[in-house]
Amino acid sequence: MTMLEVNDFGKRFTIHHLNKTMQAVEQVNFSIEKGEFIGIVGKSGSGKSTILKSIYRSYLPDMGEIMYDSARFGRIDLCKASERQMLYLRKYEIGYVSQFLNVMPRTTSRQLVEKALLEMGETESIAQIEAEKALTHFELDPKLWDTYPNTFSGGEKLRLNIAMATVKKPRLLLLDEPTASLDQQSKLKVREIIEKLKANGTTLVGIFHDIEFMEGLCNKVYDMRAGKLLAGAGVINEG
Amino acid sequence: MHEEPLLKVRNLQKQFGDGCSRCKERQNLEKNYCPNCGTVYACQDISFDLFAGEILGIVGESGSGKSTMMQCLYFDAEVTSGAAYIDAGPGSAEQNVFELSSQQKRYIRNHQYGMVYQNPVHGLKMNFSSVGNIAEKLIAAGKRNVSEMEETSKNLLQNVHIPLFRMKEEPRNFSGGMQQRVQIAKALSNNPPILFLDEVTTGLDLSVQANVLDLIKRIQRELGISMIVVSHDLAVIRMLADRTIVMLNGSIIEEGLTDQILEDPQHAYTQQLVYSLL
Repeated sequence: MTMLEVNDFGKRFTIHHLNKTMQAVEQVNFSIEKGEFIGIVGKSGSGKSTILKSIYRSYLPDMGEIMYDSARFGRIDLCKASERQMLYLRKYEIGYVSQFLNVMPRTTSRQLVEKALLEMGETESIAQIEAEKALTHFELDPKLWDTYPNTFSGGEKLRLNIAMATVKKPRLLLLDEPTASLDQQSKLKVREIIEKLKANGTTLVGIFHDIEFMEGLCNKVYDMRAGKLLAGAGVINEG
Repeated sequence: MHEEPLLKVRNLQKQFGDGCSRCKERQNLEKNYCPNCGTVYACQDISFDLFAGEILGIVGESGSGKSTMMQCLYFDAEVTSGAAYIDAGPGSAEQNVFELSSQQKRYIRNHQYGMVYQNPVHGLKMNFSSVGNIAEKLIAAGKRNVSEMEETSKNLLQNVHIPLFRMKEEPRNFSGGMQQRVQIAKALSNNPPILFLDEVTTGLDLSVQANVLDLIKRIQRELGISMIVVSHDLAVIRMLADRTIVMLNGSIIEEGLTDQILEDPQHAYTQQLVYSLL
């Protein structure tokens, strides 16, 4: 079953004050089957994040279509979905993880993960149990559970981010440079996390600038160059 | 997904002044002001939907018409024209609430709306006790049982972290942040499905601001109240709102998912606003 199908997708940014228009990506085509892990590589500035952010609709897509197979809405074009539909999908179906943590101030790690569940309508007791499970699963040091994440290291923030996103059991998880700025050890940890997610049947799209870490894990790797996606130009691993 | 909005606003207009032949078509305006007759077109053709349980953010610079719009919705000010529909049971969604009698409007204010003003002086009676302020709203909503009202008030004050030993005190003795929290408790006392928050954190210091934001988020989560949050502070909007509307010179110029408005603003003014963020 095809989970996501991107057809002739393009995105351009217009900056009115500078009278400038920039074509960030164009003619992007790719598709992902359910349970697959797709890697997108490329230099910074090549437009990798633009694709991911457009799927999540943090960017407003302007060309082509992004067909997603939703449990709730069936096949839906994310370029045209209503804001309310997008909010629903973000809550229940599509997760997004970046290297940055943008959260409510003065909220502990535990509370943040619990809130993600409460927002989905889970009861407090379930949220409590599931949050602890997720924090344990992604190996965030229990000493950090009841502290604010603003002083966390990059790797700790990332693991919290992943816990917050995956605790909702998304069908599709978008990973925006999850290994950027991490040390060797933490990168291996991220790899393990992705392995676990994949084993659970989550469909994943990740962008990396150091794909070697994902060797053997990706079903397909696409290479992004100057706003275009070169299928097969990168390392392709089956399995 | 077909869902009916809880509040539908259509073509809301509010002008101060009668207009003249030069500005009738809203041509020749300087921003939203007619230099000929002095008429201010504070809200022009405002239309939007508010859905159950969501927080809708409204941003814009001072003078963009945000607060005027809130005042119109809350019946603090008469609209010049336009409609608002509240889905509060069979038949209610067809009635333009701006056309209701003042008695019916009062009913809506007392039963369906809550309002938190930027300045607590507008939302609180400063010479009543905190508990008295809440009781006032409860009485307006038809409650009469004194011990029940006291119980509700205590719960609300506790909920917004006002120590109960100070509940008989007048809010004028309180700090700005405490006053704001009493005001929120009062606005929540009639269990309104719709809550308006007008620049509620403006002027509060950062730690108090975080308290109030956390409180608002908790209210949304636990009580499922729909809210319209007006703020010129993009950080506040980012923390609270699911969807955001951008206003300029009395008109809506852009609307979208909050993170999209902040990360990929489309309109020149929104870009200016977002790119000005430190």
